[in-house]
Amino acid sequence: MKRYLFVLRKAPHSGAYVQELLDIILTTAAFDQHVSLLLLDDAVFQLKNGQNPDCTGMKDTAAIFKALEIYDVNNIYTELESLQERGLTVDDLCLPLQTLCRRDIAGLIQDFDVVFSG
Amino acid sequence: MREQGAAISPQPEGWAISRQKLMKFAIQINTSPYQSNAGHSAYQFIKAALSQQHEIFRVFFYHDGVYHAFKYATPPDDELQFTAQWSELARLHQLDLVVCISAAQRRGLLHCDEAKRQGKQDNDLAEGFRISGLGQWVEATLEADRFIVFG
Repeated sequence: MKRYLFVLRKAPHSGAYVQELLDIILTTAAFDQHVSLLLLDDAVFQLKNGQNPDCTGMKDTAAIFKALEIYDVNNIYTELESLQERGLTVDDLCLPLQTLCRRDIAGLIQDFDVVFSG
Repeated sequence: MREQGAAISPQPEGWAISRQKLMKFAIQINTSPYQSNAGHSAYQFIKAALSQQHEIFRVFFYHDGVYHAFKYATPPDDELQFTAQWSELARLHQLDLVVCISAAQRRGLLHCDEAKRQGKQDNDLAEGFRISGLGQWVEATLEADRFIVFG
């Protein structure tokens, strides 16, 4: 078993990027590996409350993040500065996250065997 | 190659810096040949690693990286022949070039088996590549000493 960290940096509906990254995350979790997520930059919008993608015919990717718990993916991290730069707080997000300062991100990444930056 | 896109697993325990230490690499390519140079950087990295006797456990093509595996890509003769280069490298070194099936199908890359199942007539997969699932990706990252993402 290895410890995986998936680093997401793009906003929802960036092509098939989010869908395909979630596929890889769910597959890794389904193989009983230790999976954590880190949302940086525009990826903080992935979990923004009140998304209504149906009105433009898009898929609700935030709902898939909510399903991660079923696969024992409970460690989701984000960066305080990424939230602040976009005028967000953790209360604007639809899942409980662990917030880290930018200077602590490198330390977090060091704890993992495989770091996947998409 | 986009620097932020590069992910290198931290050093496993007991790893000592030594020119003799041979590594087992897993490689992932996420961008198409004409979207960025990442695929070509991966190709050059693999050639350099192989020339120093390192092992390439698997190359996994994901996202737009699957565009490397289109058999009928026909660039002008005076340009780099990306797909043919990969096929040749696979042939010379018995490389395992794996294209993710779901990413491939989204983009219209169908192997003849899959095309038949879908009632289509395509046979788009270039020589030396094979189509498989994300389980192959998990296996590659578990087996390798280093996992490197290009693009």
